[in-house]
Amino acid sequence: MSSTPFLSVRDLRVHFSTEDGMVKAVDGLSFDLAHGKTLGIVGESGSGKSVTNLAVLGLHHPDHTEVSGEILLDGQDLLTATERELERLRGNKMAMIFQDALASLSPYHSIGRQIGETYRKHTGASKRDARARAVEMLRKVGIPQPDLRVDDYPHQFSGGMRQRAMIAMALVCNPELLIADEPTTALDVTVQAQIMDLLKELQQETGTSIIFITHDLGVIADIADDVLVMYGGKCVERGTKQEVLRAPQHPYTWGLLGSMPTLEGDVDVPLSPIPGTPPSLLNPPTGCRFHPRCTFAEQVGGGRCAAEQPPLELVEGRGAACHLTGEQRARFSADRAAARAH
Amino acid sequence: MSSTTPLLDVAGLTKHFPIMGGFPIRRKIGAVQAVDGLDFSVAEGESLGLVGESGCGKSTTGRLITRLLEPTGGRISYRGKDISHASRRELAPIRSEIQMIFQDPYASLNPRQTVGKIISGPMEINDVNPPGGREKRVRELLETVGLNPEHYNRFPHEFSGGQRQRIGVARALALEPKLIVADEPVSALDVSIQAQVVNLLQKLQQELGIAFVFIAHDLAVVRHFSQRVAVMYLGRIVEIADRDELYGNPRHPYTRALLSAVPEVSPDDTPTRERIRLAGDVPSPVNPPSGCRFRTRCWKATDKCASETPPLARVDGSRAGHLTACHYPEAAGDPGEEIILDPGIAAAGSGTDTVVAKD
Amino acid sequence: MFRFLARRIVGAAVILLIISALVFVLFYTAPRDPARVACGKVCTPETLALVRKNLGIADPVPVQYWHWLQAVFVGRDYPSYGHCPAPCLGYSFQNREPVFGTIVDRFPTTLSLSIGSAVVFLIFGVGTGMLAAVKQGKSMDKIASSASLVGSSLQIYILGPVAMYFLTDQLHLLQRPTYTPFTQNPAAWFTGLLLPWLVLSVIFTANYTRMSRSQLVETLSEDYVRTARAKGLPRRTVFFRFAWRGAMGPIVTIFGLDLGVLLGGAIITEKTFSLQGIGALSVKAVATNDLPTLLGVVMVAAGAIVVLNIVVDAVYALIDPRVRLA
Repeated sequence: MSSTPFLSVRDLRVHFSTEDGMVKAVDGLSFDLAHGKTLGIVGESGSGKSVTNLAVLGLHHPDHTEVSGEILLDGQDLLTATERELERLRGNKMAMIFQDALASLSPYHSIGRQIGETYRKHTGASKRDARARAVEMLRKVGIPQPDLRVDDYPHQFSGGMRQRAMIAMALVCNPELLIADEPTTALDVTVQAQIMDLLKELQQETGTSIIFITHDLGVIADIADDVLVMYGGKCVERGTKQEVLRAPQHPYTWGLLGSMPTLEGDVDVPLSPIPGTPPSLLNPPTGCRFHPRCTFAEQVGGGRCAAEQPPLELVEGRGAACHLTGEQRARFSADRAAARAH
Repeated sequence: MSSTTPLLDVAGLTKHFPIMGGFPIRRKIGAVQAVDGLDFSVAEGESLGLVGESGCGKSTTGRLITRLLEPTGGRISYRGKDISHASRRELAPIRSEIQMIFQDPYASLNPRQTVGKIISGPMEINDVNPPGGREKRVRELLETVGLNPEHYNRFPHEFSGGQRQRIGVARALALEPKLIVADEPVSALDVSIQAQVVNLLQKLQQELGIAFVFIAHDLAVVRHFSQRVAVMYLGRIVEIADRDELYGNPRHPYTRALLSAVPEVSPDDTPTRERIRLAGDVPSPVNPPSGCRFRTRCWKATDKCASETPPLARVDGSRAGHLTACHYPEAAGDPGEEIILDPGIAAAGSGTDTVVAKD
Repeated sequence: MFRFLARRIVGAAVILLIISALVFVLFYTAPRDPARVACGKVCTPETLALVRKNLGIADPVPVQYWHWLQAVFVGRDYPSYGHCPAPCLGYSFQNREPVFGTIVDRFPTTLSLSIGSAVVFLIFGVGTGMLAAVKQGKSMDKIASSASLVGSSLQIYILGPVAMYFLTDQLHLLQRPTYTPFTQNPAAWFTGLLLPWLVLSVIFTANYTRMSRSQLVETLSEDYVRTARAKGLPRRTVFFRFAWRGAMGPIVTIFGLDLGVLLGGAIITEKTFSLQGIGALSVKAVATNDLPTLLGVVMVAAGAIVVLNIVVDAVYALIDPRVRLA
């Protein structure tokens, strides 16, 4: 935490031009990630969480995307880097795993070839060495009989095995940054638990920094060190996992927690959903983007929430973008916790 | 359950999908045993949850109950009347009482029809003329599900995912059903919207006394919604019990593994729940394991599990109505040790988490 | 693979059998009597009967069909022509030549026309399609898209004569279409067929441009293409190794169908360019009630289409490992 962070994103903006107008998918996002740590990014569809990470890898189509701000990976600005430089980093220093492993693996090439390809591209290894490395990686991620399965095609793998193969492919060059975009969402719970544990074990072994994108706060609680909550292309709350889950500060985070049924809560207490629907990024609400759905906007009063964007003020990496005073937040947060404990 | 006939009674329900192939003449060369001998019943106004992982047959079960599919074997009785092989005509009066809500709110609404048309569709087909006319009824229904009645003439694409699911609910309600089969009704929705729809369904269940078969893979959602829960694995029910019993005192190893795998929203790094990590995925329903179907992933399995199918029955220490299909049920109540069967996790682990098997 | 081939060959045989039976039935439901035509103006009932016997159409239709089938597999002895060896398709009612020989004679023309134009339109069509896909939304894409729309709305019997008039008669750029066997003089074969190839290609190229463009645009947006980029592979590698592979399957499938269209359309093509292939042969056979020739042509064309389809399916399985041949 003391030295410069491994990954530093400052005022990131990702805007898409579409036929209907400019979509501000990410609008002024900043965060840091230290070596060996895991940052969990939570948000619902359209919150900009995936878009952010494609921007880190530089995978947005330059023709209809405007990316601005600063993304420093180990001091190197990725937004000013050339395509060649990015190609050298992708799959090597930074890698990504995606939600839908079946769609994300090429159906036309064997698993071994797809893993080996990354290795060959970045190390110049021979075909033979790359294959051996692929077998080694498959063994590492827990694929039984890796020396036989290496020649299989993705469709011959089960869902969980495909996600393991994706992880093997992403980790083949020992990346320092791994971006995991909802890697377990499409999996069954028992398989999800396996994959999460695997990622944690592998991280301990390799010291990779992870950005873990999900909509599931339970998954965040399991894997993240720090949490960033996104809503409508902006960060609404940041802090360590303990801080955010124990004493959330933003009404949206309260809403998310209140919407989630748990295995422990009182079943007779109805869930407290967030009213309304997520904002349109084409015409986002004025002021705080959450205000049309926020039940606390009156507490702020004076129509401030609709008029003014609340800034994200951070104290030692902790804070929320909300017009409620610190005192109010603490009180409502405590009320909420008490209501849930019943 | 009372002594009166249950609303829905299912006995030995089986559905095998044939696999065609062979040479030179195509013939049946095998079967996907999607559902294989289910027994359960649903009382009037009750909500039964069906949980399980992909391929466990829960959706097929839903389609069998609504008779969108015809069972290969077994019996489905609705109010004591056998509907397992009922013809279209025989089903007509029952169809209006059993409705279905689907997972995908985008694909299950006709994009070329207005909301009014979609919701009044079931009334037209069944020639139902509510007092005050169909349009009035549709407007009432829109209001019931929390949509603006003014949206009568809009098209599905003008609504968000959660609103579309509400339209689906309104359509299911149009004929005043007694039983709704909800197949993953919230799994395609965002968390905040999910809760809205769950609350809506809960309100309907309580206020209108509609019975539900609630099919979902999310154990927490099912727990929230269903008074009784059945856990399915590879086409069979492995455990069925009242909510509190099932979640508080699971006796089947699979139920335990399933519950332990649900991530906890807890800020602490030390988990409060036991940790069971199964190896691999669910086997194929084409060639399911003999005997107990869970045995290939179970840490307690013996030869007996391979040769004898455990019956779904009450085991020692369970309350009445809590049935478990296992030769070696878990002890009542005790949180187990850590069980790691996954080779990847075990291999990558520091050595403390190596394979631990309880006997 | 073996099972696939076995199954498909059996299937093909059944299809061909059905087609041949159908042609027989259709032919005899037509009111004209080939014997009557062959008999000439002065025709006594006796001569008519004799002609019938000589043509081999004196027997009832099912018996005739049986003889025809036998001839294909084991040959047949004709009273007037003598023995006709195994793949015997009979003798033409019209010119008394063995049908099989005539077809062997004529088929290369049609095949050269079809294969040649296929090569041209595949190269041009898929090429421009790829360009358009890469330059998505830019002027190159728009030009290719509109050009292909114009191309696909043209018809061979309009474009053919127009092209011949300008390119041959006016500008003397290309030769008038003629057929010289490839084995005899490859250069003459090439120049003689260049005009029909180009004309045919204009029409088909358009389709392939549109299709390969849309296929490529679709595969370029696939998740696995994004994954390949996330692995650090350069855009070009991703394009050729991943996107292109995905787009190829559907193109191969359509290509298989189009080869059939080319063969079936040979009638119009050959008429337009005054070439003597099996298309022209079939027109004549119909006009003269020449059953053996007609049957022969239909069977050869159908056989070619069936075989091509088997080949296409096998190729598809090679491209896409998810397709299992069974």
